[in-house]
Amino acid sequence: MFSLPFKASRRFPSLICRSNSTAPPAGGHLPSIATSTILRSTREAALRTPWLRWLDDNASSPSTVIVGGRETRKMNTYQAVRDAMSIALAKDDSAVVFGEDVAFGGVFRCTMGLAEEFGRERVFNTPLTEQGIVGFGVGFALMGHTAIAEIQFADYIFPAFDQLVNEAAKIRYRSGGTFNVGGLTIRTPTMSVGHGGLYHSQSPEGFFMGASGLKVVIPRSPIQAKGLLLGSIRDPNPVIFMEPKVLYRSAVEQVPIDDYELPLGRAEILVSGTDLTLLTWGTPVYHCEAALHMLSSPEAALQPHITASLRSAKVELIDLRSILPWDVETIAESVNRTGRLVIVHEAGMTAGVGAEISAEIQKRCFLKLDAPIKRVTGWDTPVALQYEKFHIPDAIRIVDAVMETLSY
Amino acid sequence: MASLARLRMAHRLPRASRPLARSVQTSADTTQLHSSPSDPSLPFTLKLHEDSFQSYQCDTPDLEVQLTKEELLLMYRQMQTMRRMEMAADALYKAKLIRGFCHLAIGQEAVSVGLEHGILPTDRVITAYRCHPFAVMRGGTIKGVIGELLGRQDGMSHGKGGSMHIFTPTFFGGNGIVGAQVPIGTGVAFAQKYKGEKNCTFALYGDGASNQGQVFEAFNMAKLWNLPTIFVCENNRYGMGTSAARSSSNTEYYTRGDKIPGLQVNGMDIIATKQAVAYARKWAVDDDKGPLLLEFVTYRYGGHSMSDPGTTYRTREEVQRMRSTQDPIRGLQKYIEEWGMATEQELKALDKAAKAEVDAAVEVAKASPEPSTKDLWTDIYYKGTEPPFMRGREREEVHVY
Repeated sequence: MFSLPFKASRRFPSLICRSNSTAPPAGGHLPSIATSTILRSTREAALRTPWLRWLDDNASSPSTVIVGGRETRKMNTYQAVRDAMSIALAKDDSAVVFGEDVAFGGVFRCTMGLAEEFGRERVFNTPLTEQGIVGFGVGFALMGHTAIAEIQFADYIFPAFDQLVNEAAKIRYRSGGTFNVGGLTIRTPTMSVGHGGLYHSQSPEGFFMGASGLKVVIPRSPIQAKGLLLGSIRDPNPVIFMEPKVLYRSAVEQVPIDDYELPLGRAEILVSGTDLTLLTWGTPVYHCEAALHMLSSPEAALQPHITASLRSAKVELIDLRSILPWDVETIAESVNRTGRLVIVHEAGMTAGVGAEISAEIQKRCFLKLDAPIKRVTGWDTPVALQYEKFHIPDAIRIVDAVMETLSY
Repeated sequence: MASLARLRMAHRLPRASRPLARSVQTSADTTQLHSSPSDPSLPFTLKLHEDSFQSYQCDTPDLEVQLTKEELLLMYRQMQTMRRMEMAADALYKAKLIRGFCHLAIGQEAVSVGLEHGILPTDRVITAYRCHPFAVMRGGTIKGVIGELLGRQDGMSHGKGGSMHIFTPTFFGGNGIVGAQVPIGTGVAFAQKYKGEKNCTFALYGDGASNQGQVFEAFNMAKLWNLPTIFVCENNRYGMGTSAARSSSNTEYYTRGDKIPGLQVNGMDIIATKQAVAYARKWAVDDDKGPLLLEFVTYRYGGHSMSDPGTTYRTREEVQRMRSTQDPIRGLQKYIEEWGMATEQELKALDKAAKAEVDAAVEVAKASPEPSTKDLWTDIYYKGTEPPFMRGREREEVHVY
């Protein structure tokens, strides 16, 4: 096994010192969220989003069937989320939006102006009552209504764990199909923000992975957020929609202003490759992009540490998008081609989503694997306040894992 | 400070002046015939015992009740049938035909049957796991309940739920998690209000569940938004094996809604329960006064579940005394006979008919097949939106959708 002389991540501080002497941009020359090529910053690119399905009132009218007739507007993720809820409320009289502080916009501004636009009967604040909010949403959805509830931070979802896992997930099964809460969608901001600490930077998606009956969706960008949220609201199953909070403002795209959906349960291949599959979702999509850039064209300071023979490796980058159910076919097909899999997520490693994916993929692709499946994750400790940057998997740790897996 | 203290005292006075020693009485046979019906098809007037109700921040219901002979006999027949059904479940459990969990409501029939007589079919009901009589009263069948307990296809959840999981279009179960049904009932009531329906939701829970945090979360939301939710505490005096006094700092459950008015009701007298339910319905629907808390003081004769003999935390004498002096069915029987509505023979015929109805349903349920293998994979997700696969009963069993 080829192994690096020492872990690349340990060299990170020295890289910063070197960089300072040559005065590059503060974030280095790597692609950041703002400069990411994954984001679709032109109208043409936005309208070519894979699997985008238009849902118009007058879908047959010529002006809207032609892609060229579609308009887009520059939006960040919170504006795209708001746009999706606005469409849902406008088209579905039974839909309501509720949660802590949502009537005046919510802490991340996702519901700005919705109360004024649709009335305080339909967009209203709840008490600070997470278990009650979800239970209330379950009851409302049982009556065939559309409940779009917000849990202010994913870290606060645990009081509602029982209502989600025991009530929302199981009601269809345990009532033999008499009742369901397909109209229930729980939106909640997730993942790290740089300084959230123990109760504002967690990624609890893995806790719901065993709750058959629920769906869990995590978008990576404004276009994805709008399409997947509309898909989640209209999906006939209860959905937990986790919005990476650092992307609310930093990720900006040209977002189609019309009503469209993106499919749940489908991963998206963002970069095609043949040598290794790099699988992630949410915020780390951008860390992975940066890592791939580091691998293929390392800056001078990094060059001694990036094995030259690996720089031409073609890495396939996949955004899982739906955590439950997850797109096992796409991942298995990719790993059967590449023979290598690295999974990146912000939650801790033990019993994280990566554990389930690794187990299933090693079973399906055992004879095609050229290296052990590697997981790059947050630590199993609580999320630290002071050193959050070092808790969350970053580009250095990802490129290190990619090189190790490529040279196994 | 002194004036503040006086103010607080003054505020408390009305409650303090309420006779503390006096509480709702739970005998089942103290209602009196007030006016004899001249014609058997016409309603007659009854007078409930003056201690049938205690109220908190509201008036008590009228003690005079209008009933017809027909309704009285129907109540009798239904209570008797429900008891027979629960007894059949008890026997089937002991014969090991019903497995798993099973909580019986023998002794509490006046609540489930009385509730149905006080509401409309379009109102909604949600309760916890002691749910079998409610499921039948809300449009289900005895065959469906027994079939569900047996885990058969004829069960109301096709044998996939079991004792705690029985539903009808206006009955949201049958819920196994203590207290979880209460905020759900509040959400159901919100949907009724949102739609502008002239209906309300009865969210039932026990004295044990009344200490769950989410029950108070639901109280707060319902009062805050003036929802037509009637919170119903079925106080059978024991939360599993712990008596109310040992579990609750305040055992006057009807006063625990803070700003939600409450009514304590003799839950062993079906005429009182019907009157209280009708009062609550008028409160929430006709008068649009928001939520109300009802506490039915009742008693379960059996253990908490089938695995609890029910005698380790209370005496056999106590159970025996309740059975012989405060039984809701015997109480109603006594009224009917005393008031000359029916003879003992006629009531015995009703008993026989109830038993025959249950026995026949049990036979049909027992003959129903168990769920088929394919039912293992259905109703987890909406058809067509399932995950690619679901792992099954053994290592290599994987169902691909």
